[in-house]
Amino acid sequence: MRLRTEPFVLNIGPVHPSTHGVFRMRATLDGEVVVDLEPVFGYLHRGIEKLAEERTYGGVIPLTDRLDYVASVTNNLGYVLAVEKLAGISVPERAEYIRVITSEMQRIAAHLVSVGSFLNDAGAYFTPFLYMYRERENIVDLFDMVCGQRLLYSYMRIGGVSQDLPDEFLPALRKFIPRMRSRIDEYDWLLKENEILLARAKGVGVLPRETAINIGASGPVLRGSGVKWDLRKADPYSVYDRFEFDIPTGEIGDCYDRYRVRIEEMRQSLRIIEQAVKQIPPGEVRSEVPHLLRPPAGEAYAHVEGATGEVGFHVVSDGSIAPYRCHIRAPSLMNLTALKDMIVGWKVQDLILIFGSFAITMGEVDR
Amino acid sequence: MIVPNITVDALRHFAPVSPDWPGNEWWHWLVFTVILIVFILVMVIIFIWLERRIIAWFAARIGPNRTGPFGIFQNIAAALKLLLKEGINPTNADIIIFWLAPIVAFAPVIIVLAVVPFQNGALLADLNIGILFVVAISSISTIGIFMAGWSSSNKYSMLGAMRMIAAVVSYEIPVVLALAGVVLLAGSLSLNDIVIAQERVPFIVLQPLGFLLLFVGGCAEINRSPFDLMEADSELVAGFHTEYSGIKWAMFFLGEFGEMVVMSTLIATLFLGGWQGPALPPWLWLLIKIFIVDFVMIWTRATLPRVRIDQLMALAWKFMFPLALVNLIITAIQVLAWPDALPLYVIPINWAITIILVLLGSKLFKVGWGRVEV
Repeated sequence: MRLRTEPFVLNIGPVHPSTHGVFRMRATLDGEVVVDLEPVFGYLHRGIEKLAEERTYGGVIPLTDRLDYVASVTNNLGYVLAVEKLAGISVPERAEYIRVITSEMQRIAAHLVSVGSFLNDAGAYFTPFLYMYRERENIVDLFDMVCGQRLLYSYMRIGGVSQDLPDEFLPALRKFIPRMRSRIDEYDWLLKENEILLARAKGVGVLPRETAINIGASGPVLRGSGVKWDLRKADPYSVYDRFEFDIPTGEIGDCYDRYRVRIEEMRQSLRIIEQAVKQIPPGEVRSEVPHLLRPPAGEAYAHVEGATGEVGFHVVSDGSIAPYRCHIRAPSLMNLTALKDMIVGWKVQDLILIFGSFAITMGEVDR
Repeated sequence: MIVPNITVDALRHFAPVSPDWPGNEWWHWLVFTVILIVFILVMVIIFIWLERRIIAWFAARIGPNRTGPFGIFQNIAAALKLLLKEGINPTNADIIIFWLAPIVAFAPVIIVLAVVPFQNGALLADLNIGILFVVAISSISTIGIFMAGWSSSNKYSMLGAMRMIAAVVSYEIPVVLALAGVVLLAGSLSLNDIVIAQERVPFIVLQPLGFLLLFVGGCAEINRSPFDLMEADSELVAGFHTEYSGIKWAMFFLGEFGEMVVMSTLIATLFLGGWQGPALPPWLWLLIKIFIVDFVMIWTRATLPRVRIDQLMALAWKFMFPLALVNLIITAIQVLAWPDALPLYVIPINWAITIILVLLGSKLFKVGWGRVEV
């Protein structure tokens, strides 16, 4: 027997516990099953790209913090790399190492937030979330030591970083690495093979390899679908070509694979930090750059592997003190384009889980 | 004076009349009614406090610790705050049902405790249909919750209420079958007799499978994690009570934790030997057992992710229902074979059967049915 049912529209968001900010999904439901989905963007649009045209080149850096606010260092890095490419500025070697160390610390911090909120979306009542935040707190303390900020660092400068590492930083970092490694193992072990998590996340929200490539997905979402693509290896920026690390990939591209990739990437980031701490040379951390930088007219694109994927900055100069145009390639937005195809046919609970497995940040999606 | 006598007369058909039991005096009903209401309110306050503190420990936090010693007055402060808050009625709500729902959801919770013994004979009504009474009355609060979900004119509320109905209707069956196993062992439906029958060994030892089924099914029925789908806070905002505020919301909260008290009490009574225990006074033993069950429930909530609605249904119908039937049949055969008292060597046999069945069942059983073509 087939019951006659009537689809109805459920507005999930913009204010909802699990939309990671102010995202809105107009979901058409048939009972519990999602039959249609329309993502609505723009609730957090602050016009950062336009604001950037009104600032000096150095003044844009704090704006880039506000894109992916849980991973601000990598955003800073993407922007300063683009400007350095545009103006032909070289960076001292010590600054390159500091950039790598802070970027990888930032990646761990951002992945901790992603994994924690993913498990929270799966319904594990706040325990994994708070465990992850407890570890993230250590990283935030280290950042506090480096630049006096705890969330929006603005640490990168055109031609280097804002200040050298304090003396107590490297010993603290050396102590932090083994502790973090054992904590990752511990938290991973807690839920890795949990029957309920496997039942909820395995095979759910599959993003096929071809689709992932076609929509321009990047970061853990792309690697979860089995594509071995990481800008740190594919197009090494800074000094990433000097370190040994693996690119973890998933198999079929379900929620569980994306979760596993994030956990594995944290371990790889620790490996990179360990090597960088060993190799870091003494010296200057910032090259001489005029305060009001006037790059020659032209354009440059630089990209880095952020926590959510390829963070790209396309900066156009007309020879004045402000960028003529600063376009931002936001990985969260690109990844989200496959949302509808992945969610339709699953239930409301899966909708929340699949959406959570992208680990988007609305600041980056809406810019 | 007349009213209690009428009640007594009406219930005398069910209550076994023994000369030294004061259960037929009117003051017994009065005193016990007051005791039960105070008991449930105090227990709910303690349970909420425990839940918050223990979950805080699990999540590496501190929990409420400001109001009174160790924060024990936090809930009293919260209750006062909720009493003073404005009760908001949604424009399109069905007002009568909207107001009635919290009462319908909360009242059965107190009524159920009438048949739970605190020590030998110390209970409001020693009904000889005790378990049947518990099952029948506790189902009423589901109606209250569905009334709330339906009358709120909110889609989240309605989804939560729909999930609730689905879960409770499905889990009632394995739970009742598990209870039937206990009834077979004790030879009586009265909770007092069931506790007395556990004088030798608690039924959890004799019948581990029944205990497992009752615990899991009970968690699902009172919507504890990992089956807390009806108010899944990360999905449905607050489920069926999304639109409720002030004291009406507090009533739901009371009802929810009251159900938890009732379920812990039932499990403690039916499987852990109720008030039986050496040295300590009987009521203290019952309390200790209630808190042990409560702790396990909180532990589960702090640890496990939530299941999906189709997995929830599959678990009830494909896994727990057959197991409950097998449990009932095995118990029936054993009771038939040894009508007086089960010999103690059935204990290892029953444990072996339980472990084999659960392992086998979890291998054969497939959860949910995944993506639907639309």
